[in-house]
Amino acid sequence: MAIDNQYLQIKLTEKFGDLVFNFEDSYGMLSFEAPKEQNLKVLQYLYDEPTLGFQFLTDLCAVNYPDDKGRELAVVYHLHNLQTNTRIRFKVFTSIENTDVFTASKLFSAADWMERETFDFYGVNFVGHHNLKRILNVDEMDYFPLRKEFPLEDQTRIDKDDEMFGRG
Amino acid sequence: MSRPVRFNIHPIEAKISDAIGNAPAPEGYGGDGFFTARLSDVVGLARKNSLWPLPFATSCCGIEFMGTMGSHYDLSRFGSERVGFSPRQCDLLMVMGTIAKKMGPVLKQVYLQMAEPRWVIAVGACASSGGIFDTYSVLQGIDQVIPVDVYVPGCPPRPEAILDGFMKIQDLVGQESIRRRNGEQYKALLNGYGIE
Amino acid sequence: MKIKPELIKTTKCLEEDKINAIMTEHHHHITLPDGSIEKQTTTLNVGPTHPATHGVFQNIMELDGERVVSTEQTVGYIHRAFEKLAERRPLYQVTPITDRLNYCSSPINNMGWHLTCEKLLGVETPKRVDYLRVIIMELARISDHLICNSIVGVDTGAYTGFLYVMQYRELIYEIYEEVCGSRLTTNIGRIGGFERNFTNTAFTKLEKFLKEYPKVLKEFEGLFARNRIFMERTIGGGAISAERALNYGFTGPNLRAAGVDYDVRVHSPYSSYEDFQFDIPVGKTGDNYDRFLVRNQEMWQSLSIIEQAYQKIQAFKGAEAEIYHADVPEYYLPKKEDVYTKMEALIWHFKIIMGEVDMPKGEVYKAVEGGNGELGFYLISDGGRTPFRLHFRRPCFIYYQAYPELIKGGMLSDAIVTMSSLNLIAGELDA
Repeated sequence: MAIDNQYLQIKLTEKFGDLVFNFEDSYGMLSFEAPKEQNLKVLQYLYDEPTLGFQFLTDLCAVNYPDDKGRELAVVYHLHNLQTNTRIRFKVFTSIENTDVFTASKLFSAADWMERETFDFYGVNFVGHHNLKRILNVDEMDYFPLRKEFPLEDQTRIDKDDEMFGRG
Repeated sequence: MSRPVRFNIHPIEAKISDAIGNAPAPEGYGGDGFFTARLSDVVGLARKNSLWPLPFATSCCGIEFMGTMGSHYDLSRFGSERVGFSPRQCDLLMVMGTIAKKMGPVLKQVYLQMAEPRWVIAVGACASSGGIFDTYSVLQGIDQVIPVDVYVPGCPPRPEAILDGFMKIQDLVGQESIRRRNGEQYKALLNGYGIE
Repeated sequence: MKIKPELIKTTKCLEEDKINAIMTEHHHHITLPDGSIEKQTTTLNVGPTHPATHGVFQNIMELDGERVVSTEQTVGYIHRAFEKLAERRPLYQVTPITDRLNYCSSPINNMGWHLTCEKLLGVETPKRVDYLRVIIMELARISDHLICNSIVGVDTGAYTGFLYVMQYRELIYEIYEEVCGSRLTTNIGRIGGFERNFTNTAFTKLEKFLKEYPKVLKEFEGLFARNRIFMERTIGGGAISAERALNYGFTGPNLRAAGVDYDVRVHSPYSSYEDFQFDIPVGKTGDNYDRFLVRNQEMWQSLSIIEQAYQKIQAFKGAEAEIYHADVPEYYLPKKEDVYTKMEALIWHFKIIMGEVDMPKGEVYKAVEGGNGELGFYLISDGGRTPFRLHFRRPCFIYYQAYPELIKGGMLSDAIVTMSSLNLIAGELDA
């Protein structure tokens, strides 16, 4: 019996007031935003509150919006309440100069590697993480590959004819 | 509980006129006899029918290799009954699957640990040339780090294709000169990869 | 911005420096308490290429004799940058890369991706298509669990089971081949359905499978399930409680073995799973033995689902029996005969291939029950022809984090069995 999105919105605005905003219903899932300093408080509230009970972290990832100045990187949390089968999406935005976000790995052990992967791909610095190192790429890499500014292909290939691939 | 024997209970006496190999040799030509062949042919024949592969299976092509090893396609009829995982004991390095840049040094180390003569077969598109993954993190072909003898294209190649590649390796092994590994050309090939 | 230059060609193994660095780092061998036989722990590198690690991951274990004290994991040896690759490809070109996530059951990944696209685009599939999809997905699940369970057998020393069931995976591959042409990385289906109707040969092969396979599964089960040696090897190893499993984000058979009955097929049914009757097998302690039994029982359940789906499909008669895709000309490529003869079909074909058909803007998260758990696709579309961001929620990546906790205090051989019973597929781990 899924919790109604309206109810979720009311509970959140009751507790956090103006700090939660941008409520959207995307294909049945409620999605909202909060400032990045509040992310742990919101996650803790969603975890502890008995009527909400979002105690399962489904996913943690980041998105790069290069055109939104001051809000280039978004960290997206997908939470799930297994008993009532409700899902919710929670976003925090951070700018590309100062990418500090508080870590959720104390609350959810699942966030441990997901935050390392997000750091590896986008450079989001999770404050308080016990082992924030690169996980999937080579350790010597010095840039964050999934940001939109960097290319997909390996730049050191000399045998590929760019003219034939339309990139000439 | 034994059954009574039903067949072959009246064995036939062997007659000299039935046996074809029994004719006596002419005077002065009897004895053990000998067979002339090139040493490299005999050595090649022995080597090619008893190649011990090292399956360096990283991804999807590794599962097709498991199918090739299974009873339907059966790699062991070609002499590769025993696959080894220690490079010191194997002749053929079968690289199956995508090799990422992180894995490149590991692959090179495994190759260096193999003793001569050694052959390398690149199974699958990812090992041959990077495959569909033209990205920053994938090595675009293992011939960037080690010399390769046979490339088997496919994504993943069918077990028949892997067997075909294996048979081509067998052809190479059978026809290889026994002086090849000490020669100048081979040394130059290895130096091109930075291997002494 | 320095992009990594080409691999330096040296005479020494490049890895040697790294190994020296690790060894010196690990000179902080953990000192053992008084009374232990050893003074310090031994470092063992269960390296990326190892016959027992089915896939490429590295574990640097600290051992006290035979007991594991701690382990440091390294993954990423097969990182292929799927998420960045997907930003370059239109929707139907992303399907081949989803194949390579969990390559033992690639149809499930393909179907999951098609369901995500259909959710974004608002496409409804007809019932027959849903039932056909269910058959393919359950065959893939059987194929995945067969590999996992037989590899657990191999790691405890019993090689026979593995070779015996590989034969039946060949039968499943033949069914895939009839439908889509490929054995392993299937790229099966399209947005809205399938590329061609299932031929009679496909159904004959399916019937043959349904007839022969139950006997084989029974034999396989009889070999392991009450086998004393297998039970003593696997019971107790790699146990995890339900609370820790949920906190770690476990899903799939590993979570069900710990006692939580969460199955995406039942909780958020997709592709008409609500029309089928099946049970969710649940374990108690979450150890290796429970995982083996849960997967085994799931194979029986999958077999029953396939039989039900097959009966439902045979109930369609006449024109309904010819439906194999939804009617969405904007996203589903028209038939080749029409492309060569009719004008509208030619135009649609051109528009789809060239990417002139735009996607609606929006964000969608869709999850399917993969062989290892909840495989999620988070797709953000900004209206262009390729996704703006595609993120895969990969179950293997998430539950592998728990591995050090699972093996702590156990013996080295149990650590190996735990690794294979978790069903870690390297492609899904690294993506």
